Amino acid sequence: MKNAITYFRSLFLFELLKGLSLTGRYLFARKVTLNYPEEKAPQSPRFRGLHALRRYPNGEERCIACKLCEAVCPALAITIEAEPRQDGSRRTTRYDIDLFKCIYCGFCEESCPVDSIVETRVHEYHFEERGENIMTKDQLLAIGDKHEAQLAADRAAQAPYR
Amino acid sequence: MAEEQNITIEVDGQQLTAVPGQMLIEVTDAAGITVPRFCYHKKLSVAANCRMCLVEVEKAPKPLPACATPVADGMKVFTRSPLAREAQMGTMEFLLINHPLDCPICDQGGECELQDVAMGYGSDLSRYSERKRVVRDEDIGPLIATEMTRCIHCTRCVRFGSEIAGLRELGATGRGEHMRIGVFVEHAVSSELSGNVIDLCPVGALTAKPSRFEARAWEMTQHPGVSPHDGVGANFYLHARRNAVIRAVPRDNEAVNETWLSDRDRFGYEGLNSEDRLLQPLMRQGDVLKPADWQQALRAAAETIKSAAGQLGTLVSPSASLEALYLAQKLTRGVGSNHIDHRLRQSDFRDAAADPVLPWLGQTFAALSDNDATLLIGSWLRKDQPLLNHRLRQAVHNGGQVIAINPIAYDFNYELAEQWVVAPSRMVRALAAVAAALGADTAGVEPAEGTEAGVIAKHLKAARQGSVLLGVVAHAHPDFKLLRRLAANIAAAADVTLGFAPDGGNTTGAWLAGAVPHRGPGGKALAQAGLDAIGILAGNCKTLLLMGVEPEFDSANPALMQSALAGADKVIALTPFKSPWLEAHADILLPTASLGEGAGTLMNLQGDRQGYAGAVAPPGEARPAWKVLRVLGNLLDIDGFDYLGPDEVRDELLTSAVEAVPNNAVGQSEAMSPELASQPGPERIGGVAMYSVDALVRRADALQRTPDAWTGAVRINDRLAATLGLADGDAAMLQQAGQALSVTVRIDQRVPDDCLWLPTGVPGSENLASGFGQVSLIKA
Repeated sequence: MKNAITYFRSLFLFELLKGLSLTGRYLFARKVTLNYPEEKAPQSPRFRGLHALRRYPNGEERCIACKLCEAVCPALAITIEAEPRQDGSRRTTRYDIDLFKCIYCGFCEESCPVDSIVETRVHEYHFEERGENIMTKDQLLAIGDKHEAQLAADRAAQAPYR
Repeated sequence: MAEEQNITIEVDGQQLTAVPGQMLIEVTDAAGITVPRFCYHKKLSVAANCRMCLVEVEKAPKPLPACATPVADGMKVFTRSPLAREAQMGTMEFLLINHPLDCPICDQGGECELQDVAMGYGSDLSRYSERKRVVRDEDIGPLIATEMTRCIHCTRCVRFGSEIAGLRELGATGRGEHMRIGVFVEHAVSSELSGNVIDLCPVGALTAKPSRFEARAWEMTQHPGVSPHDGVGANFYLHARRNAVIRAVPRDNEAVNETWLSDRDRFGYEGLNSEDRLLQPLMRQGDVLKPADWQQALRAAAETIKSAAGQLGTLVSPSASLEALYLAQKLTRGVGSNHIDHRLRQSDFRDAAADPVLPWLGQTFAALSDNDATLLIGSWLRKDQPLLNHRLRQAVHNGGQVIAINPIAYDFNYELAEQWVVAPSRMVRALAAVAAALGADTAGVEPAEGTEAGVIAKHLKAARQGSVLLGVVAHAHPDFKLLRRLAANIAAAADVTLGFAPDGGNTTGAWLAGAVPHRGPGGKALAQAGLDAIGILAGNCKTLLLMGVEPEFDSANPALMQSALAGADKVIALTPFKSPWLEAHADILLPTASLGEGAGTLMNLQGDRQGYAGAVAPPGEARPAWKVLRVLGNLLDIDGFDYLGPDEVRDELLTSAVEAVPNNAVGQSEAMSPELASQPGPERIGGVAMYSVDALVRRADALQRTPDAWTGAVRINDRLAATLGLADGDAAMLQQAGQALSVTVRIDQRVPDDCLWLPTGVPGSENLASGFGQVSLIKA
């Protein structure tokens, strides 16, 4: 009996039709594939991408050289040097992040008492020359300036949970 | 104290033995029981004003402060009971009310007592929502940064000022909420020990200005070191980060520096980062110095030394390490010359046979504070050896008398029983008067008139324990040997010790290492003595070898130094720093390591050998001096130069000098007459200024901006100024032995009549000759 059922199933290509029916269902179903890079998936406000240093609305850099991010960084990717600025305030003279070392854990962002070092939503970048992996303070500030609106909105969105 | 007088107390169920009169916190500290505190400090008086150390004591109605509660027999103490905890947490909450939440920008962050104690005793949340107090900062000088809003009013700095520094520079004004710690009139604090308030401050209200914001406590590695700036050899830790010294903090050593550091020891490291650092060997080609590699430079140096042989003159810094000094003398003697000396600022070398074997302080530092009478001769101990002065200040507090015979009415931070201020040319006669008053031999010198001699003699005679101390100015004095003879006679007659306190961090070690022309390692007398420091300069040595010497400022007679440099065929310098004279005259410059850049040993004035390891690597191609000398010795084929490490050098020296113990006995003297005669016209008072003692300190920026730094001026009193028609701030022309220098005149009443105070080692002094002798001052 069992053999007979197997015989007729294979004679009428039942498995093939069953498989094709799945294909047919997805042929008409809503597509979830994204045509990256033309299309992109939505990101969380907590997305951890390329780093940036933020400024206050008056243009003053936020970073106060407390070096907590440097201390907390598990990959030792951050290097900071600091000295008193002309006006006597505590400021960095060097703020380097080695993106080869960085593991994008977000601890630096967590540890920052002034929301200065943040991770943006930018995740598409590449390096062409040796040494470009070191982001300097100026580069990080420029990234921050470029994305400030987004960064501020993300911080505001996260605020209730922090 | 006898055993039966000890009492037993119980702390947290633990039986502890205590001595009656001890405070509770001393007992718990000794037993390793943690009691939080802010105002209590083991070296300061008890103030009991922070209330952080409240503990519960059985049968006491309220919690008691552990720092101000004397122990009693059978006392039962609970440091962690609910009552004690509640009291401690309550105090913590009050202290945090006005403390700003600026830990991220505070230099104390990470090493802050308030942070630590708040972790253990603070609450998670603040209940305080009112306004916090803000206090205006005062600028108290280039060494200490203030942020008085952070102050928690523990008053450690105030007590330090009155009890240790002897200057009430910081004080509290106002009460309660309005209490402020500050300087009464805004000015730079002038204490030579002022940096200690940085360590004392439990919060970030007082922090170090030169290293402000540079590094966090957790980033730095700590390396034990020894200060080379004075004969105390204060113990410190150098804190380094990424191969750079960031700061120095004291390392407790009860026998040497207790817990203190002088500002010179603390901030001297700043010179390490000077632009003058010599980073690679330089060789003269034609008229210019060109970079060379080590091999070239060492070969050339070895050849030069070989051809000079007996005509080699070696001058070494008195602050160099024992190893370097030993190898320098071994090298010099290895090529057949005895011309080596470390006594660069001394100009009187007569009576060499009578030199003590191993001159030292004559007593331990701790014994200094038990002296009944101490006679300072030509010494501004307060600025020359600040930590020795601190010991002497303790002696005064213990009822001792300090007497001085000085060329200037130096100010001390305690009351002197007597200060006899005489012009340098009269110092010998003044000392002879004291000797005469004690019935001692006056070495053929006619005693000076004056009632002071009798008073001084009386104090010394009455002393159960005392000392006659020859200071930095006495060592530089042209009649040092006469002063020494008389001081020895006085010490013998009054039955007190004789002590030497010259400048330099390793003078006793230099004698031990044999860095003198007439004695070998261990003070063994040599058959044939070489030329002394002045002799080398005047004696037309074909080749000069300088080690750690900055010729402009490290010589008793810069004019003589310059002519010697110009007259020598070849000059080889082992130096950490470039200087104009070296660049003009040296043929081979070999870069050597400086403070904290290599291992070594220093011997302080009480004879302690204190070893240290390097904290950072020397910059550029610089190498420790002993290594350079070792290779030079090998290139010169001198036997026994195959050392593998500085400890082998030190061990060799110590084995050969095993019987050498510090000994101040002055031998039989030859007849001497005073060199420095009293002549008409002003005479110069030299010595070396506090922040000009060595090349490193002279390059320490912050120290050079303090009130103690010498600022291109000469000081005269108003009577001499009136005679010369000069006023404060006038420009004048100073002439000495054919040399001229334009200077600013400052009126200083501490200077005696017909004298002019201009130390050596200060900018401008390189254009003059000896620190003593006739000068003329004309209004420009």
